[in-house]
Amino acid sequence: MTIWTDRLSQRAERRKVDRSPYLIGAALGVLSWIAFAVAREPIGVTTALSRVGQPIAALMFGAQAAAHNPYWAPMPFSWDYSMLFLVGLMAGALVSSLASGTFRLEAVPHFWRARFGGSLIKRFVAAFVAGALLMFGARMAGGCTSGHGLSGTLQLALSSWIFVIVVFISAIISSRIIFGRKAAS
Amino acid sequence: MTILLALAVGFAFGFLLHRARVTDSNVIEGQFCLRDFTMVKMLLPAIVVGGLGVLVLARFGETLYYIKDANVLAVILGGAIFGLAVAILGYCPGTALAATATGSLHALSAVFGMIAGAIAYAFSFNWIKAHILNVWALGKVRLPQLTGVPDLVWLLGLAAASLAFFFWLERRSA
Repeated sequence: MTIWTDRLSQRAERRKVDRSPYLIGAALGVLSWIAFAVAREPIGVTTALSRVGQPIAALMFGAQAAAHNPYWAPMPFSWDYSMLFLVGLMAGALVSSLASGTFRLEAVPHFWRARFGGSLIKRFVAAFVAGALLMFGARMAGGCTSGHGLSGTLQLALSSWIFVIVVFISAIISSRIIFGRKAAS
Repeated sequence: MTILLALAVGFAFGFLLHRARVTDSNVIEGQFCLRDFTMVKMLLPAIVVGGLGVLVLARFGETLYYIKDANVLAVILGGAIFGLAVAILGYCPGTALAATATGSLHALSAVFGMIAGAIAYAFSFNWIKAHILNVWALGKVRLPQLTGVPDLVWLLGLAAASLAFFFWLERRSA
């Protein structure tokens, strides 16, 4: 990853402005057209991913509890469009990283190491808890960065614009508190 | 057909996320520390280009709108929790899945956490539905309806504001 990002930033330096994030953004916009008009299902991640919890809850708390749960009952786990979309998503990221030679095992990212050190356990526990909060928050709000942040905002949905604005404010304040002013400068 | 389409759209999405470098948690963290604007540079053009296209498609009856309920209290609380989690993690749900596929082990830990979070949400759903989802529930509202300002004006306004912001940003960092 570092090699590739270094190469990207070198290229950016050479021609001053790195246009790639803008162009990729525009391409994601075009991909949304396909999702809306052909697939008839906007891009989204957490609704589908939350359904993976159902078979796991069935193992933990019994099949009855999982099947009759009021959250999962209207959309029980199945290998439908939204679930296969997640499989495709992972395959796409894998192929891109292999093709660019940037596939690399990473346990503790730089930004975390600089603040909390290189402990694997600490990072894995924090990531697990953050993952749980991420999903809980997304489900309460009705979507995540994909479903609200992209598909919802482009439809000019009120809920989605409130969501992205609150997320940005909360994440900026949280980063400032957790990682300090040093990281921000 | 559905299977191929789902895999193809997902594949393109994951591929583009990786190419935009947002599968690197340092990039997302950098965004919220306001030192790396890659995420916003990607997101705003995606919203403008996607929005203009979907507006045309909707006018010609080629798509419906899929609007999520504006349960305002739940969206604000959920967004605040989500923002805290993104700051700790450096991933959102989609980029965590994508990063797992590129070899990020702490992203995999977060994916397990997300499934645990889904189970916790499902088993507290009745309470949340009765006490939080129904507070300031405005329904499936869109900004053009709410304000009387047409879609195109919103999207072109957003495009103009984004362009101005990006010119300022690139000049500052040049």
